[in-house]
Amino acid sequence: MSSLVFKRVYVWELAVRFFHWITVGSMIVLIITGFIIADPPALNMHVEASNAYLFGYIRVIHFTAAYLVMAVALFRLYWAFAGNQFAHWSYFIPYSKKAIKNILHVIKSDILLLKDRNENLEDVSIGHNRLAAFSYFIMGLLFIFQAMTGLALLSQTSGWWFPKMFAWIVPLMGGEIHVRYWHHFLTWIFMTFIVIHVYLVLYHDYVEARGEVSSMISGFKFVRAERIKKDKETQKD
Amino acid sequence: MTTSQQKETYLDALLERGYSRRDFMKFVTFITAYMGLEHSMVSQVAKALETKKRIPVIWEHFQECTGCTESFIRSDHPIVADIILDSISLDYTDTLMAAAGHNAESAKQKSMKENYGKYILIVEGAVPTKDGGVYCTIAGRTAVDILKESAAGAAAIITFGSCSAYGGVQAAYPNPTGSVPVDAIIKDKPIIKVPGCPPISEVMTGVVIHYAVFGTIPELDSIGRPKQFYGKRVHDSCYRRPYFDAGLFAESYDSEEAKKGYCLYKLGCRGPVTYNACGFMEWNNGVSFPIKSGYPCIGCSENNFWDNGPFQERLVNISGFGIEATADKIGKVVLGVAAGGAALHAIATNVLKRKEIKESIESGMENEKHLNS
Repeated sequence: MSSLVFKRVYVWELAVRFFHWITVGSMIVLIITGFIIADPPALNMHVEASNAYLFGYIRVIHFTAAYLVMAVALFRLYWAFAGNQFAHWSYFIPYSKKAIKNILHVIKSDILLLKDRNENLEDVSIGHNRLAAFSYFIMGLLFIFQAMTGLALLSQTSGWWFPKMFAWIVPLMGGEIHVRYWHHFLTWIFMTFIVIHVYLVLYHDYVEARGEVSSMISGFKFVRAERIKKDKETQKD
Repeated sequence: MTTSQQKETYLDALLERGYSRRDFMKFVTFITAYMGLEHSMVSQVAKALETKKRIPVIWEHFQECTGCTESFIRSDHPIVADIILDSISLDYTDTLMAAAGHNAESAKQKSMKENYGKYILIVEGAVPTKDGGVYCTIAGRTAVDILKESAAGAAAIITFGSCSAYGGVQAAYPNPTGSVPVDAIIKDKPIIKVPGCPPISEVMTGVVIHYAVFGTIPELDSIGRPKQFYGKRVHDSCYRRPYFDAGLFAESYDSEEAKKGYCLYKLGCRGPVTYNACGFMEWNNGVSFPIKSGYPCIGCSENNFWDNGPFQERLVNISGFGIEATADKIGKVVLGVAAGGAALHAIATNVLKRKEIKESIESGMENEKHLNS
């Protein structure tokens, strides 16, 4: 049995990895503090109110993490124009025939786990597969909605013009109680995304063994040597 | 009510009723503070009430419980009630006028004719529109009809209570009588919404006095409420706020924590999402307000608050899923399905992709055998 030859390809630039892990950290903090805010546990009973500011701190942490994730999201938006082909905005929207073809392949091969008879080497994505990329685009839209509802909830008590820009969302959605509801509900969608995303990363690493997990740390993925142009083959891997 | 009364000023009317000028000045000081104006404005308010002619008021009652009127007559300053009920020349109000039947109706018609374009129309209660509006009729006419007629000559409309402002309990799901708030029917008049179930008496008076003094409608928020009274969340003016910030919450009504006066957030308090003056004005001569009495705010001054239940839970129910479901219930199902799907997928992968996995492991093992060292 012949062994396959793989080459290292630099897929995730430092900016992308930086964005990814800051987002991971912020989301974990936001989810935990968010659920505490929604239904505070009885942690702090029997102290004097004047000696404690626990809930205030939890809210401050939630708001700080929210601003942090918004800042890196903005940075990622910039990188969608400045970054490499795998970070480019056009990679995330499946408007081309090629992208649709890849999505169909991924659904067949990786979601339904069927054998794709017309399988070729091109189908194995180097960066994101196009279905995953599209799911990140959808998550990006949901993130914008989550950020806007959060800022709308903050607008009334904030002294800053930025959250105040989103005050119009409150009457549009029928009052703060509804804004709060959707902000809370979307948290579950984000958690669902995390479960699916982490599972599929593990799945790809398990089945393809191309360094899917470590790629978001090192930036490198392993790609079949046949995918690299011949004249480049002399380069060091 | 005679026409001569309408040529009086507010001060004239009060002196005639036996109040002293000192009583008048006390009232002016008090209402100026309640309107959120500076102390230096007292003289201006006094001057306006001394010199301006009284504004006639028509007060219509439709689908309502009269709770707003009840709240109104419990104002904590005697002149507050008098200045509206008698001195502002309330020309028509089903509940409080002495006249009845045809006399009352013709008095209203006369007043509306004489003061066309000048009177304030106060509306209490929602307006049913289903089946030709038959679910609320007064003197054989539907509420829609009466409202349109009364609104035609009004300089401005003030809606007292959540029913006339947002539809209230009769417009709550499933709204069997097709009830709508006033602004769904009257589009061409300035409308000041004074919601609450009921609103605070001094707020009701303050809005009327504001219009009487300045002749303009006060600054309104995004859903039509005067900002001077509805500009702050109950949460931000709540005396239990320090307990919220400290993370001290009552878990149930009879608990030790509830007795200590801890924050009612976990009992579904709507204070953080409700804009009203309860926290600083309070009710019944400043005696108390719901939270002070140990019960969470139900958000009665917010749009469609009856549908935002259950009142004692933080998350509202959403209908339309067949069952009543909160975000947490739906979220747990979605997350559970995703996790279960992932687990099944993992098992299926090992079955359906066994050949690929086996091949790559075998080739890897082969390589392992041929390592240099």
